Amino acid sequence: MSRHHFALPRLSIRFFPIWRRHLLVWKKVAATSILGHIADPMIYLLGLGYGLGSLLPHMGGTSYMVFLAAGTVCYSTMNSASFEALYSGFARMHEQRTWEAIMNTPVTLDDIVLAEILWSATKGMLSGVAVLAVAWLLGLTHSAMALWLIPLSVAVGLCFAALGLVMTALAPAYDFFMYYFTLVVTPMMLLSGVFFPATQLPGAWQHVSAMLPLTHAVDLARPLLSGITPPHALLHVAALFGYMLLGFYVSLVLFRRRLSR
Amino acid sequence: MTAVLTVRELRKAYDGQPVVDGFSLTLNRGECYGLLGPNGAGKTTTLRLMLGLIEPDGGEVSLMGYAVPRQARAARLRVGVVPQADNLDPDFTVAENLMVYGRYFGIKDAEVEAALPALLEFANLAHKRDAKIPTLSGGMKRRLTLARALVNDPDVIFLDEPTTGLDPQARHMIWQRLRELTVRGKTLLLTTHFMEEAERLCHRLAIMDHGRMVAEDTPREMIAKNIEQQVVEVYGEQAEAWARDHAAHYTQRFEVSGESAFCYVNDAQPLLAHLRARADLRYLHRPANLEDVFLKLTGREMRE
Repeated sequence: MSRHHFALPRLSIRFFPIWRRHLLVWKKVAATSILGHIADPMIYLLGLGYGLGSLLPHMGGTSYMVFLAAGTVCYSTMNSASFEALYSGFARMHEQRTWEAIMNTPVTLDDIVLAEILWSATKGMLSGVAVLAVAWLLGLTHSAMALWLIPLSVAVGLCFAALGLVMTALAPAYDFFMYYFTLVVTPMMLLSGVFFPATQLPGAWQHVSAMLPLTHAVDLARPLLSGITPPHALLHVAALFGYMLLGFYVSLVLFRRRLSR
Repeated sequence: MTAVLTVRELRKAYDGQPVVDGFSLTLNRGECYGLLGPNGAGKTTTLRLMLGLIEPDGGEVSLMGYAVPRQARAARLRVGVVPQADNLDPDFTVAENLMVYGRYFGIKDAEVEAALPALLEFANLAHKRDAKIPTLSGGMKRRLTLARALVNDPDVIFLDEPTTGLDPQARHMIWQRLRELTVRGKTLLLTTHFMEEAERLCHRLAIMDHGRMVAEDTPREMIAKNIEQQVVEVYGEQAEAWARDHAAHYTQRFEVSGESAFCYVNDAQPLLAHLRARADLRYLHRPANLEDVFLKLTGREMRE
């Protein structure tokens, strides 16, 4: 590692054509892509919601379906942004050499990484908003406050896109991403109060849970969906952006090192 | 003549191993300059340093008057690059590839749209405008990559082994296009290990080895200054024994490689008369070429 790798990000508006490129690719496969993104969270929401919901009629004053919907918006955003940053990001960096082609233009690696984060967050937001729309259609929320989940899903998308890119920067091959999903993403889903309140966790695990980015996201989404101003909202937002900035900087340093040959 | 690229004492090492080791170069406007070297000589790393894609350990690069890497962004606005490996966007059509690439330079879609027919014509891909990349042949992909490098109407074009992996027909077509570009006044810097390519296309060339420039000249002068005029290649089981006993007497210099002896001479007649009497040996008499110079200067050992 040389000192150049640790320089602060130098950002420019030139990230935008890259984001547009990703959008153009996505438009070509949008129909199948949207179906995939909605189907998975829907199956969880409806399957668990109706199945478990009939056993657990009320949870913290709301129905289990409403409880689950807020968590599903967050984890669906997380999954979608992570998947894009890991698998698709790796394809663009490594397999297709798209980044290499772009770096021969006035665009820099810093612009490329920024565009990857923004694009993965866009994909995450689309998933989150899709789940929100279904929750609305099912009559699970009526509050205008629920619209705050749209900017929230952007923030959650940015956060997990940036964290995911750290893995992409380190990955020798696609297989590597299995570890991230099975050891990080799935446990986080179970520890962050998506399916059940984190207060049900053993004491020490509650402390772990409180640190996780997905917990901060769920703690914002759940009250908002019920039309309540979330307690400690600023803290949660700051935590999400903190994780995002950390992920952006660490991934950028690692990408600079990886691509400096 | 004005310099479009000046490189002074460029250095880059990886893990303590020098890859580019005090490399200097001046590229004049309108010339085609060839950078020759065996695999691992540091050609690609040198190109990447000149483009400001990696930080040098030492030395200076000035590209189109911009200090690289500090002002590399501004410099790359005026440069086109044909990379060694194809990196076209597989999800896009031929036209979309050019359109999207133009956006990276900040070129408006309408402007690329207007330039598109000429670019496709140049690449001989007018009939493939809406074809997806995976349906193109290797030669078509290379030509599209070349057209893509022209989308910003660059002053300088860097080409990293532009014809590697192409069949002779496809290679000749690329050569013809590169010649057209020099006629149009573009400055070309190409790396290659095809001597024929360098000899045909380049006004000047440099041979690079171990990160350094070992020779620089016009192709003709490079041969005239560095090697004897004639080569007689002697083959056969007895070639090695023959070379040991006789070659020194008839040649200025000779090299033995397996069952071949390469004899370098300024006057081949005495050697040829001698060889005619040897029925057990086959031989080939030819003028010395760039490949002979290349092998003399960089050695015959394999590079991996």
